[in-house]
Amino acid sequence: MKTIKYDEIVNVVAGLCQEANYYLEEDVLNAFKENLKNEKSPLGISILNQLIENAEIARKERMPMCQDTGFAVFFVEIGQDVKIDGGLLDDAINEGVRKGYTEGYLRKSIVGHPLERKNTGDNTPAIIYTSIVKGDDLKITIAPKGGGSENMSGVKMLKPAQGVEGVKEFVIETVDKAGSNPCPPIVVGVGIGGTMEKAALLAKQALLRPLDQRHSDPSIAALETELLEKINKLGIGPQGLGGTTTALAVNIEIFPAHIASLPVAVNINCHAARHKTIVL
Amino acid sequence: MAEYNVLTPLTEEIIDKLQAGDTVYLNGVILTGRDAAHKKLFELIKEGKELPIDIKGQIIYYVGPSPARPGQVIGSAGPTTSGRMDAYTPALLDMGLKGMIGKGLRSKDVLDSIVKNKAVYFAATGGAAALISKRITQCEVIAYPELGPEAIYRLEVENFPVIVVNDAHGGDLYKQGREQYQIR
Repeated sequence: MKTIKYDEIVNVVAGLCQEANYYLEEDVLNAFKENLKNEKSPLGISILNQLIENAEIARKERMPMCQDTGFAVFFVEIGQDVKIDGGLLDDAINEGVRKGYTEGYLRKSIVGHPLERKNTGDNTPAIIYTSIVKGDDLKITIAPKGGGSENMSGVKMLKPAQGVEGVKEFVIETVDKAGSNPCPPIVVGVGIGGTMEKAALLAKQALLRPLDQRHSDPSIAALETELLEKINKLGIGPQGLGGTTTALAVNIEIFPAHIASLPVAVNINCHAARHKTIVL
Repeated sequence: MAEYNVLTPLTEEIIDKLQAGDTVYLNGVILTGRDAAHKKLFELIKEGKELPIDIKGQIIYYVGPSPARPGQVIGSAGPTTSGRMDAYTPALLDMGLKGMIGKGLRSKDVLDSIVKNKAVYFAATGGAAALISKRITQCEVIAYPELGPEAIYRLEVENFPVIVVNDAHGGDLYKQGREQYQIR
């Protein structure tokens, strides 16, 4: 049994909120640089260069790379031999978000009621997905999620007969309709299988995988590669101004499905594909 | 695809010259406004009341910046999705608004109103918010301070980089750009 103090979680979460928003991950930066070599549009090249420069400024000055510092979404894995001393895990995470967003000069983008729409003032509540695992580690991942790209996401309940062709069609159609809105070049998270909400969650979890890492199942990896090629033929390009870099990666996660169902979800992330993980 | 340094407010002559795909570096004053401020302005126009700001000849930048650190003019300040302002935009263009800066697709009503009122829609680079903040040299709230990041600010900008998406002659870079690079 390992004991982790409530206050330690608060401080760690506050730090994660800031680091995720200031420091763009290397895999995303590398994807900008790789695509710069092949991008055909002069405006597209200029946008990719701006994004590289932007990431450098954000890192150097500890400024958020994007003013939309997102909904604070957490994936937490808690070992069954962990005891939290001094309060509840969810309370600690929310207190960490409050501290991190306030002290880190991050924008508070959450309204407390979806219809009345008054800002909560501290970016809480966070969205927290917890799973209980073996061992005595506490693994916390933050994935701050911007509104512009989230708004272009979608779920569809396909008929099993529509199969892989139906999946491809829905993914392409979702990206095509989104056009310039989600700040391309985008990362496309896809969830296939499970129930409606499980597919959506898989699509979000897919966004956590490094962009240069393909799925362990070769057939799903091939589908990721095929979809990326098709998306980059749409012509949308960086910021939707035309070009060959519309997406940096397509990441797919799958789950068993009901005999009657083939759910598919597409969660679009802007190029500010932010996530940070810490293990306590 | 020309490049221009432009002093604000936009003149008719400049607006006439700008074409979809041109790169423009703006210098001078621009205003900000997003969802909540647009709703308030729109309601005043509907009721025939006076607006708290003069929008004639102005450019509105759709932005809700992050808070400034001590010593900074403004926090990160990239564009937000313009489509959410579409319902309110034609009324503002009819009142004399000449330019908009944002990102993403506009409705047909907005595109028609841009041509009718001889205005222009610019894109700033979504997510290049730290870089863009360096081109803003002054920032003050001029209306609706209670809206926080959604208040209307008056910004002074230097070499603020934007791209013409929709020009006054019906040119549309989101359409033209895609057609040019689409591989069928």
